[in-house]
Order: sequence, then structure tokens, then C-alpha cells
Amino acid sequence: MRMNGARMICEALVAEGVRDVFGLPGGAIMPLYDVLPQYPIRHILVRHEQGAAHMADGYGRATNNVGVCMATSGPGAINLVVGLATAQMDSAPVVAITANVATTFIGSDAFQEADITGITIPVTKHNYLVRRTEDLPRVMKEAFHLARTGRPGAVLVDVPKDVLIGEADFKYPDRVDLPGYNPTSRGNIVQIRKAARLIEQATRPVIIAGHGVLISQAWEELRALAERQQIPVINTLLGVSSFPGDHPLFLGMMGMHGTVTACYAADQADLIIGIGNRFDDRAVGKFSAFAPRAKIIHIDIDPAEIGKNVRTDVPIVGDAKQVLTALLKELGEPVDRTAWFNQIREWQRLYPLPPVKAENGELTTPDVIAAIYEATRGNATIVTDVGQHQMFVAQRFPFTRPNTHISSGGLGTMGFALPAAIGAQLARPGETVWCMAGDGGFQMVMQELAVVAVERIPLKIALINNRYLGMVRQWQELFYKKNYVAVDLSGPPNYMKIAEAYGIAAWRVARPEDALPAVLAAMAHPGPALIEFVVKADENVYPMVVPGTSLAEVIVNEAHASGHDGKPPVHVQPRPEPVSLPGLRH
Amino acid sequence: MRLTIVVDGSRTAVEQVVKQLYKIIEVRKVSDVTEDQTVRRELALIKVTSKPTTRSEIIQLADVYRARVVDVAPGSLIVEVTGTPEKIDSMVQVLRVFGIKEMVRTGVVAMVRGPQVPQESEKVRELSA
Repeated sequence: MRMNGARMICEALVAEGVRDVFGLPGGAIMPLYDVLPQYPIRHILVRHEQGAAHMADGYGRATNNVGVCMATSGPGAINLVVGLATAQMDSAPVVAITANVATTFIGSDAFQEADITGITIPVTKHNYLVRRTEDLPRVMKEAFHLARTGRPGAVLVDVPKDVLIGEADFKYPDRVDLPGYNPTSRGNIVQIRKAARLIEQATRPVIIAGHGVLISQAWEELRALAERQQIPVINTLLGVSSFPGDHPLFLGMMGMHGTVTACYAADQADLIIGIGNRFDDRAVGKFSAFAPRAKIIHIDIDPAEIGKNVRTDVPIVGDAKQVLTALLKELGEPVDRTAWFNQIREWQRLYPLPPVKAENGELTTPDVIAAIYEATRGNATIVTDVGQHQMFVAQRFPFTRPNTHISSGGLGTMGFALPAAIGAQLARPGETVWCMAGDGGFQMVMQELAVVAVERIPLKIALINNRYLGMVRQWQELFYKKNYVAVDLSGPPNYMKIAEAYGIAAWRVARPEDALPAVLAAMAHPGPALIEFVVKADENVYPMVVPGTSLAEVIVNEAHASGHDGKPPVHVQPRPEPVSLPGLRH
Repeated sequence: MRLTIVVDGSRTAVEQVVKQLYKIIEVRKVSDVTEDQTVRRELALIKVTSKPTTRSEIIQLADVYRARVVDVAPGSLIVEVTGTPEKIDSMVQVLRVFGIKEMVRTGVVAMVRGPQVPQESEKVRELSA
């Protein structure tokens, strides 16, 4: 059938099962917008293209299908970049469609022209500049295939205006031809058997469950492995919600703000089974000091991650679900691990997550988290922004349903939560979705409240307002001798008036006893709702593994950090001086 | 299309280069030929200052290197030489004495000796099913 490029894109979207797209029109992309209403696709008009990219990201993570955003040329396309980089770093499936100036103008610094393909090469899995209309069907097919298969990621398709307007025959391909792309899904059986033997024999094993478990939907297999072999489970930040938070084998999140038990278990293990994780510096601490006594099994779909940061004794390239299924078939009876579990229970007893001390009936972030958990019983999707609140949620919210924790881990993009939560809510229409954001990140994207209001998105927003860029303030306190520079966010805006300006029901809570009632009221409210939680200004997130140190050196709590704790934990060096590291690198 | 890349780094770094190259969608095969028996060739064009008194000496040196003189002008000659990078370096050293006005080098291409054609990098093959 003969049609123009704009229609081809729409036909492709429908063929790929896309029901919602997020975008903002402009000159170059107008031909696409002109035909879009003729297709069964809902277009969400954003107020900043960054919002569109994050919405597509949240949508993609929540559906495990591709999230789609679109923007016009030049500034529109460039505004997507941080969102694409965020999705790419966290392996979220996103396709971005941008228009560009006509091919005859490319390279001439035309109005609203940008080399978006050049700009996004380092932050996308792949990108395309479509020079001929007849290439569009193949490109769209490939773009979606790349976004959702193997290790998912962000794919950008840049379409010059004349290619949108030009006509050609449309036939949507039924297969892709990408000889250079063939992700491995079945693990090597020799390696799997090697792993099985190590697992059976390990006396102090630990599973690190990462994002790959969620992407692969392998949480049942993970649970079976943990239970049948009696192996404790740790999550990375992005792996949170891949294992039930209330399960006896769950030790919590590991890493810079992980639980002490998780950090010690990883450090003292004789076998680490990494599933769908990438041994990132935030999770693992100093690479050379990671798990010194352990053999490491690494299961991941991306061969480039294996052996990248830490040594690997048994590499297994493959899809987590398929590899775990095969692994479970190979596993026999494990050795006795009572001693290991005794040690773990001891750590859990000695080092529970430290409470945040509140004076004068102040509200703390953990109070807010407890209230939301109490009201939802974990039956909610929680989307967090970046900063202290993000760490508190990952540490302390007991996620019991898989893939209910959405957060920007790899890039740590402030402003992620509100738009990503909008995307997640659209992807999960009947469910409760809570956006939890600090006042810093929230202000970066609060114009997207218009989307919440206009599109009637029944999102629940917890604005955790400590009037600071909290995480930076914590670092200045600990590592820069309390030299607080440029972290004060006190003053405007009045968030209640902001909510009112957007016509969104809002509550303001400043005391712990008001938290749960407000949460319940917000959830009972039929439409979108915002609660501003005015929390204690100077919270610090503990435990903490200082950059450049190993997980064994985790700082347990505030007292431990300042060196006044009389009893340092057994496995850690006593810390006589306050923590300070000259030349600290982020 | 074939690209030849010379990488200087630790084994881990080079392994990462290979793996990251594979992540580029268009890349079909990456062959690490560091340890293999290879033929390595580079081409250089060198414009050498030449006077009537030095011209024949330069031409004789070119013969020694099996290089060719591909341009002659009143004050200069262009010498074309192919060979291993070491041979090119040596030629350059020798010609420097006369004064090198201009030079361009292509960088090295390589081919494994014997009948076999590029295999996928060992490491990646062993990791896949």
C-alpha cells in the first residue's frame, strides 16, 4: 500500500502493539501529528520532552513492552537526551521518534536542526537517521526489536521532514535481518553444570539478584533456586522487588546504602551467584576488595558485563529465566549451611536498619515509607526519584510483588519519578501507583502535573520535602567538613498552591501521626492526589559504604560514622576519626 | 567493511574493547589477532627534500627498502613505501636526514597467515551456548 512516511510510522506503532505515546509537536514533526489521530493510539501531550522520555521509560519498565516518545527536531529532540540516557543505563525498552529538518537541509545549521543521531550515539542501544521513506518499515521493525530483545535499551529513529512527507510502498516486515545482532538466550550447559557443582558445595553462598531477574521475569525461578538450595538473596537497587521483601531468605539491598547484613554476607561469602546484575560500583564497593573469599558465578544476557568490573569464575551468558530453569534441573542436594545462617541471623540481630532520629515529633522519611506500606500492604507500584528518599525506599519498603519498584539507578536522574510514574500508571491502569520524590527532583519536572490533571491520571504523589538537596547535603556533612554549598531549597514554592494551580487534590503533613491518615485519604480520593510531607531537614541515610572502601567497611549508623560508637562491628576496622576522604571521587 | 584497530591496553581492557565492539549492532565479527601469525602492512607517502647531489642517494635507499619513487620535482621526491610499521619507521629515520617535507601514513592492516578466515573472538564463543 502506498503511503507517506508519517503514516508508515503510525502503522508500525500499531503493528508493534503500541497503545500510548508521549510527545510534544513542533515544526518538523507536524506531518506525523497530522495523521496520528487516525490511529488507535493515545497521545499524551507533555509539557517538556524530558517528561516524554521518562514517561516512555516508566511505561516500558512497567509493561516490559516498549515505551514510545516523540519529539520534533532540534531542541525537542535534544530535550529527550537525558531521558534516553536514563533508560539506556537501566536497560529499559524505549523507542524515541524524532523528526529532523529535510534531508536537503541537513548539515546546514538550518532552523531547529540538530545532529541528534550524533548526539545520542553514546546513550542509545542503537539509532537511525532514515534518509528514504522506503526504509521506514524496516527501520521501525528493527527499532522495536532492538529495544525489547537481548539487553533492552533506548533506540532512537530520526526522520527528516521530507522523509515523513514522501511516499512509498508500505509492507511491514515479518522478520528482522540483523546479522550483527544475535543475543544469546540459552546458557552454555557446560558452564551451567560447573555452576551447579559449585552451588551444591558452597557453605556460604549468596545470590545477588539484579534487574535482569525482573526483565527476564525470572522471579519464580529465583525463588525456587533460593528455597531449594537454601541460599540467602541480596538485591541490587534495580533488583529490588525481584524477591519478596518479607521472605526469610531475603537479606536486603546491598551496596552503598544497603543493609549491613547484605554487605557482610557478600563480603564473607564463599560463592556469589550474580543473576542479571552488573557488579556496579554502587552495589559492590571497591572492586579489588569485593568478595575476596568467594568464587563468582555471573549470569547475564550481556557478555560485555561479564568480567568487566569483578573477576568471574563461571561466566554464563544467557537469559536469566532460561539459565535458571536449566540450572535448577542440574542441582542436587546442597551441603549443610546451618553455620552460615546462624552467622546471618546474628548480623541481622546486631545490625538492623538504623532508625532516623527525630526530635520534637518531626516527621522522617522512614515514617512516610511506613505509612505508605501500611496503607497499601505492598499492593502498589512505587516510583522513586533520586536522592536520600530513593535510598530509604529501597532499603525499607518491603516489596512483595515483582517489578513494583521503579527508579533511576544507573544514571541517577533527578526528575525521573513524576513522569516515570505517569508512564507506569498508564501502563497499569487498575493499580495503585505512588510517585515518591524529593523536593529537588520534583521541581525539575513539576510542569508535568499538568499531564496528571488533564489526562486524569489517578497517580498518588508523595512529595518528600526536606527543603534540601538531601544527598548532596549529607555528603557535604560527611566528606566536606559540613561546608554546605548550594544545597538549600527552602522558600518557594508553596507546594499546596502549586497543586491547587494544577487542580490536584493535595494534603500537607508535618507530623508522624498525620502521615497514615493523609495517605489513606489520598488513596480514597478517586483522582490524582499529592501529599507534601514536610520531613526533618538533616536526615542522613545509613548504612553507608563510603566510595573507595569495601562492603566490609560499611558504616553502620550515625554514631559509627562519627567515631563515637564504643563497639564497632566485629568485621570492620575500628574507626577512630570521623569519615573523611581527601580527593574523594564522586 | 573491515576495520583494523590497534589497541594498547591490559588484557582486561582489550577484552572489554572486543565485547563493546560486539555491542555495536552493525558489527558482525571481531577477531583479536594479537597472538596469531599475521601479515601486517602499512603504506606511507614521504615527500623528501632532494637536491641534485642527494637525489640518487635517496633513490638507492628507496631500493634498499623496496620502496618506489612516485613523484619527482626540482626540490623534492615522493617515496612510496609499504611494509610493517617497523619498516616504515626505519625508512622515515633514514630519510629524515635529507629533510622530510611532508608525510602521510595509512595505519596498519593485518591478515592472519594460513588458510583460515576470521573466527569470532574465542572468549565470546566460549561464553555463548
